[in-house]
Amino acid sequence: MADASREAWITGVGLVSCLGEGAETHWQKHDAAAPIHDDTTFAPYVVHPLALPSFDGQIPKKGDQRQMEQWQRTGTYAAGLALDSAGLKGQADILGRMDMIVAAGGGERDYAVDSAIVSGLATAENPGAYLNERLTSDLRPTLFLAQLSNLLAGNISIVHGVTGSSRTFMGEEGSGIEAVRIAHARIAAGQSDVALVGGSQNGERKDLLMLFAFGGYALQAPFHPVWDRGTPGGFATASLGAFLVIEARDHAQARGARPLARLTTVVSDRTARQPGSVTASLDRLWGTLPAGDDSRTAVLSGATGVAPATAEERDVIAARGLPVRATGSLVGHSIEPQFVYNIALAALALGHGRLFAPCDPTGFEQPHDGPLDRVVVTGVGHWRGEGLALVEAVR
Amino acid sequence: MAVRDKAGRPVVVVTGMGVVTSLGAGKTENWSKLVAGRSGIRAITRFPTDGLKTRIAGTVDFVAAEPFSAPELSERLAELAADEAVVQAGIGAPGQFPGPLFVAVPPVEIEWPQRLELAAAAGANGAATYDDMLRAAATGRFRAHHARFQFASVADNLAARFGTRGLPISLSTACASGASAIQLGVEAIRRGEVDAALCVASDGSVNTESLVRFSLLSALTTANDPPEEAAKPFSKNRDGFVMAEGAGALVLESYEHAKARGATILGVVEGCGELADSFHRTRTSPDGKPIIGCMRQAIADAGLAVEDIDYINAHGTSTPENDKMECLGVTAVLGERAAQVPISSNKSMVGHTLSAAGAVEAVFTLLTLAHQRIPPTINHQIPDPAIPLDVVPNVARDAKVTHALSNSFGFGGQNVTLVMGLEPA
Repeated sequence: MADASREAWITGVGLVSCLGEGAETHWQKHDAAAPIHDDTTFAPYVVHPLALPSFDGQIPKKGDQRQMEQWQRTGTYAAGLALDSAGLKGQADILGRMDMIVAAGGGERDYAVDSAIVSGLATAENPGAYLNERLTSDLRPTLFLAQLSNLLAGNISIVHGVTGSSRTFMGEEGSGIEAVRIAHARIAAGQSDVALVGGSQNGERKDLLMLFAFGGYALQAPFHPVWDRGTPGGFATASLGAFLVIEARDHAQARGARPLARLTTVVSDRTARQPGSVTASLDRLWGTLPAGDDSRTAVLSGATGVAPATAEERDVIAARGLPVRATGSLVGHSIEPQFVYNIALAALALGHGRLFAPCDPTGFEQPHDGPLDRVVVTGVGHWRGEGLALVEAVR
Repeated sequence: MAVRDKAGRPVVVVTGMGVVTSLGAGKTENWSKLVAGRSGIRAITRFPTDGLKTRIAGTVDFVAAEPFSAPELSERLAELAADEAVVQAGIGAPGQFPGPLFVAVPPVEIEWPQRLELAAAAGANGAATYDDMLRAAATGRFRAHHARFQFASVADNLAARFGTRGLPISLSTACASGASAIQLGVEAIRRGEVDAALCVASDGSVNTESLVRFSLLSALTTANDPPEEAAKPFSKNRDGFVMAEGAGALVLESYEHAKARGATILGVVEGCGELADSFHRTRTSPDGKPIIGCMRQAIADAGLAVEDIDYINAHGTSTPENDKMECLGVTAVLGERAAQVPISSNKSMVGHTLSAAGAVEAVFTLLTLAHQRIPPTINHQIPDPAIPLDVVPNVARDAKVTHALSNSFGFGGQNVTLVMGLEPA
């Protein structure tokens, strides 16, 4: 990087998922390699349910909690953890100029209302009038705001006071990749000093499962770790929140903040998926990463378990001979925030100086105790969007 | 004009523009109707409005989108606007735009026709549950719905059509989305990362549920008759916005790149300002600080002084809250000149195009600069004494406009202001 003072440091991580909450818990649970999934509530679909935190801890006003749906509470909670981790909670002057990029889909539907309307419409004499009447009387006015994509960011502004800028990227896995890429690029170019980047998902939703069931992407029981899902494979939706505080080195040093890791490079791509296109894309992206010591490098994969993308990614990683872990096997696939989650995990692994334990009956993930200085994070969307990040230890 | 601005960053110019609204397709038709004070608001015919309090909108009914859905129509509108912009810019080769794509689109979800289709396919007569719909979804008969209702789908299809580079960014900052798309393009060019960017914003989401949702928040006017008089920004009797559809697109380029290829410079995006509001999900901080700070940041980012601003393209939604707070903000920023600087709202004619508004209004602001003529705020029959601004009431006016602000504010505390000007002679 031309200007070392504009290195992007990760100075805070906030995680909440089926594994629990907080950085250390996530590290331990990943190291224990015991997936937590629910195969019955949404049977035949497998989901990774949120280990409910005490939301009061980061969202003190019950009124704020009531204004949000679960995905927003989860994200607002994780954002608070990240700010705490960076030592920025309540630092109004910095929060007032902190940039925010949230990767989001939309919020959950009201199942009871939808089911009643769909049922009633089938027999309604005047379906149009019926729909108007029922929506007008049955939709909660606040539900709209609880569903709107940009209202996770809005809630973070309200609850945590982050107001420098507020941007919400949409578009499944790619939105998380671009959120990190843009935050990194802005910091490197001096357009931003400190950014809160992340997102959340409520994966325990029939309406969400439906969207992916259309294309056969939602994993049905029995559960297998992602490398062991074969064809057509699929992903198990995750409920989780993941946020990073990314900060210019000079800004972090000026306030005495400790780097968890350096976010060195973020690159992305769009391919119209054909057999081999994920392979070609990842090879090309990998070629743009700065070279380093492969004996101290590992891969944290965002592989979804969907064929053929996951098999192609597997072959690309195998060809490089790097040790790998797919976080989706443990925590599930959260779609928009998954890339952020994996960058957070990379920062934790670098902090521990080693990789956590494998979770893969196929043997592709091998035990690895070697020292760790570099982690390549992959993000290959189930349908679109490819990206890589290089996260490095700050020694 | 130097190729770098006062801060040493590449100057960002506009070399292509496209627009679609309820007034029509293309800059020529839109501009002639705007300066004639014509309204595109009409009674909704797309779906039954029985029993609804609001029965009007600025729908774009002349563009076919089949099978109909909000993302389908949004994509068609975006294509029209982007086609016009790219053709005008004459940049790249057909289907090979030499830069990234930033697209503001409304959030996506499956809609009532799809839910009904699923319930019917599940054979759930009269008592359909989500389990029934989910079972039908998994049959493989509805694969096309997966792609259509992915949030990335509109951007992905546009990226394929225009051959833009890299992973496109779809974004939503509510009613500031269109301005955010432009802001992202400006930033990418200023970083030196790219020479050109295609910034598009589109919204084709006037459907029953969207209308009811805004209606339940008491955001919409209920002055249904006559429709063309419903949107009355800054008037004392304003009572809500009119939902509308449309799209706007800009081809942005570094000045250096545009000059090198001999492109016609349509305008300059001189500055961007942004500041989020932490006061409330739908209301502006009562002291107006975020919108004041947003406008001031934009002017400072442009390297200008407040005195240099001689026109404001207002957010001007026609809601009691927005217009009051925008007046407060503008008054604080302009100070003594507040009553002299013209400010007008295109939404009085095209309605509130929501996710598209920031880009639609950026195109109109650039046309205002190009024509040195300010489109009016129509339906200004009962001035609001609490808004002592020159809102260019009812009739377009010739004026010297050198540097213009365009405001975009949205739910969720979103505030973005753009500063646009002309290439100095």
